[in-house]
Amino acid sequence: MRRAALMALLSALVAAVLLLGIGLVLPAWLLFTMTKAAAYGLVALGIVTLMRGGLVSFGQGLIYCLGAYASGLLASRTGITDIFVLLGIGALAGILAAGIVAPLIARYRGIFFAMLTLALSMVLYGVLAKLTFIGGSDGFNVPEPTYLGHAPDLAQADYALYAVAVLLSVIAAALSRLHFDSMAGLIALAVRENELRVEYLGASVFQVTVRNFVIAGALGGLGGTLNGFALGHIDPFFSYWTTSGEFVFIAILAGHASVGAVFLAALATELVRSFANQYFPESWQLFLGAFLLLVMLFLPNGIGSLWARLGRRRRAPAEGGGE
Amino acid sequence: MQHDHEPAMPAAGAAPVLEARGLQKRFGAVVAAADIDVAVPAGARLSLIGANGAGKTTFVNMVTGYLKPDAGRIVLAGRDITALGPRRITRLGVCRSFQIPQLCEPMSPLDNLLVAVGAGRGGVAAPGGLQGLARFFQPARSGPAVAAAEEMLARFDLGAYADQPVNELPGGVRKLIDIAMALVRRPRVLLLDEPTSGVSTDEKFPLMDRVMAALDREEVAVLFVEHDMDIVTRYSDRVLAFYAGEIIADDRPDEVLSDPAVQKYVTGTAAAAPAPAAAVAGEPDGEGADAESR
Amino acid sequence: MSLVLTIVVDGLIYASWLFIVALGLTLIFGVMRILNLAHGGLYAVGAYAAATFVPFFAGLGLPSGFSLLAMLLSALAVAVVVAPILERGLLRLFYGREEVTILLVTYAIFLMLEDVTKLIWGVQPFYVFQPRQLFGNVEIGSLFYVGYDLLLIALAVICGVGVWLGLNRTRIGKVVVAVIHNPEVSAGMGVNIARVYMLAFGVGIFLAALGGAFTSPLISVQPGVSVSVIVVSFAVVIIGGLGSIPGAAIGAVIVGLARSFAVYELPEAEIFIIYMVMVLVLIFRPEGLFQRVQARKI
Repeated sequence: MRRAALMALLSALVAAVLLLGIGLVLPAWLLFTMTKAAAYGLVALGIVTLMRGGLVSFGQGLIYCLGAYASGLLASRTGITDIFVLLGIGALAGILAAGIVAPLIARYRGIFFAMLTLALSMVLYGVLAKLTFIGGSDGFNVPEPTYLGHAPDLAQADYALYAVAVLLSVIAAALSRLHFDSMAGLIALAVRENELRVEYLGASVFQVTVRNFVIAGALGGLGGTLNGFALGHIDPFFSYWTTSGEFVFIAILAGHASVGAVFLAALATELVRSFANQYFPESWQLFLGAFLLLVMLFLPNGIGSLWARLGRRRRAPAEGGGE
Repeated sequence: MQHDHEPAMPAAGAAPVLEARGLQKRFGAVVAAADIDVAVPAGARLSLIGANGAGKTTFVNMVTGYLKPDAGRIVLAGRDITALGPRRITRLGVCRSFQIPQLCEPMSPLDNLLVAVGAGRGGVAAPGGLQGLARFFQPARSGPAVAAAEEMLARFDLGAYADQPVNELPGGVRKLIDIAMALVRRPRVLLLDEPTSGVSTDEKFPLMDRVMAALDREEVAVLFVEHDMDIVTRYSDRVLAFYAGEIIADDRPDEVLSDPAVQKYVTGTAAAAPAPAAAVAGEPDGEGADAESR
Repeated sequence: MSLVLTIVVDGLIYASWLFIVALGLTLIFGVMRILNLAHGGLYAVGAYAAATFVPFFAGLGLPSGFSLLAMLLSALAVAVVVAPILERGLLRLFYGREEVTILLVTYAIFLMLEDVTKLIWGVQPFYVFQPRQLFGNVEIGSLFYVGYDLLLIALAVICGVGVWLGLNRTRIGKVVVAVIHNPEVSAGMGVNIARVYMLAFGVGIFLAALGGAFTSPLISVQPGVSVSVIVVSFAVVIIGGLGSIPGAAIGAVIVGLARSFAVYELPEAEIFIIYMVMVLVLIFRPEGLFQRVQARKI
């Protein structure tokens, strides 16, 4: 019981130490890429949470954008720039938005759920694009964040945000892993497989869905804030459906078996995009699309399923016939 | 092997664990329940027979809370549950299994049973405070939940299958898992919907034997919907025969099955075949054949 | 009064090209249960194809009326070349999987189409101007409309009637309708489902490309054209009901008029009013105005 928590915390700690250490020697552009990957990974982790309950949200851009706008406006209008406060605000905005939206859409399934989330994110896009007092379709710039009162100089700024991104991702990953392995997580998986049975066993599928959506809301808000400040600029495009599509892409690539896979998938996607943008600016979507097709054909449960399969093969011989 | 079941009988005069009083239900012009009165003692082995459309399913749905009767009351262990929601009723102790096993397919039998256990612990609306929060982070496969699941697997003799994905298992095993999922909740009332349907003839008795053996260690009242009169005779101590929304017989199996009304409307062992008009909807399926094969 | 007329005419013109695209989308969904996210991409390919064929025909010295034929041929070419590749080559590999899986496959196709069009036609915008002045200007009320724009309305009607007649009055159409209602039973009766799917997909793609080709004179054909088309045509199809042809028509008219109204009266609402309507429909009547497919709602 305690062991699982210890394992998760330990792996989180090791990963954090490794990443923070490596970060000291990485070039700035790579730090930037990895920070963005962490942000995308957080949002995608929220989608994975929902996928484990059987739903695919094609509109997480809504939450991502609201998180970015909430923290971004706070920073640029009121001068509050502490990154931890901003992240808190972003997460809160995400949770609130999810809390309002989820009860409305939690009864839908399949493509109707996907389309509904997509439509909602486009509504936000349309609204924000017309609100000129917060930048309209151009959006607005955000100041550099500060870290518990300390404002890092230009050389350190990338690493500082990267460090925050690493900590955030590692904590989110550990908590998610524990949650997925918990009874609540198991029931979410059961909902994905057979809602009817879960209802007849006395659990509320509606509540499970709302809860998953709120978790995804927190993660999305955090991701939006992180990316907003990594990019230094926030605009309504955060809520466009193609942005949401990228999050879905990462979630599909990763699968729902492993939380580490989510961040790896996000990093892989970001790296491919960076390289492709440099050398094949007109073809990176072609690669991404082809890649997605291949994954869906041969690894329908994502790259995380590779690890899960390895884990099962390791465990199986150890158990004999359990009579 | 004749199963010699001795269900735990309550002391004479003890209150029934489940009571239906005067249940009425109509769907437009169709009378699905007409003044249904049933008293089920704890530990009962009760079978529900009747043609399709006779009202058995409606009764089951009302007892489990998925249908609200137009009139009448349902009382569970002295508590009026008529107006309660289905999930609440489940948590109060009414569980059911399904004609076509409703399982979580890629998961193992152990995980399926864990889900059944976990869904019951206050459902997903966790208890408040720190303890509630722990539910979201404590591993599922730990503690009393796993013990309960494993014990139930052993009871049904399914330990060998514990970790295989359920969709790879044979039909009879899937049936047992489906029933085990309902039983692991230690319900007061267990509803089995056609437990032997889809099971080959030579497997029916072994399956029911196993089920009964597992049930006998609980103080649970079992109601099973069945079309196979052999099963009915062998495993129930009381039979309710439904027809057109009414209970036309409520007695021991041999009494009910020799009742001429039952023979006419349910088992089809009476002289005349059902009229062609009834052939499209509601014709008893297989009952005539079952009765004749005895 | 003339403002109302303007809103209505503009709305109908917008609705027309929307309808042509949405018709294809709803047909593909109705028959194959696939919500084709790549539909906008095929609209774009149609537009690009027109941008190639129309000047080509003009360069041959043919009278400018032939530009209409060129546009038609572009759409046909797209349907004949691209549809089989997509359907037989890709989509078929995922039949039988969940609806959302195929949705993601079409999303992947959308991504790929974006770049394929860029690779073939580059990133510079094209202007297909030849057909625009073919029909001069038409006076309605006190305003002048470009005759070509009104042709779009006629084209939309032709497409709608054509598909409706095809489905309801031809033998192959009846087979398609049978597959719409119950693919398994149809297959059991000997219908070649694979061919029906190919036909439906082909017609759907043809309509998307047709919409793109005939709309190309009204827009600058450049990368990004596909992206906005997708969501708007989705809105139309959701509002009207997935799989319903009259629904697509009504949905297109509603969306067209709503947008037209917003453009003239509420410019702030222009972008999001369509999605707002879509959200409202999804919440209150998810199966759309013309019930065809039951929304998966628990």
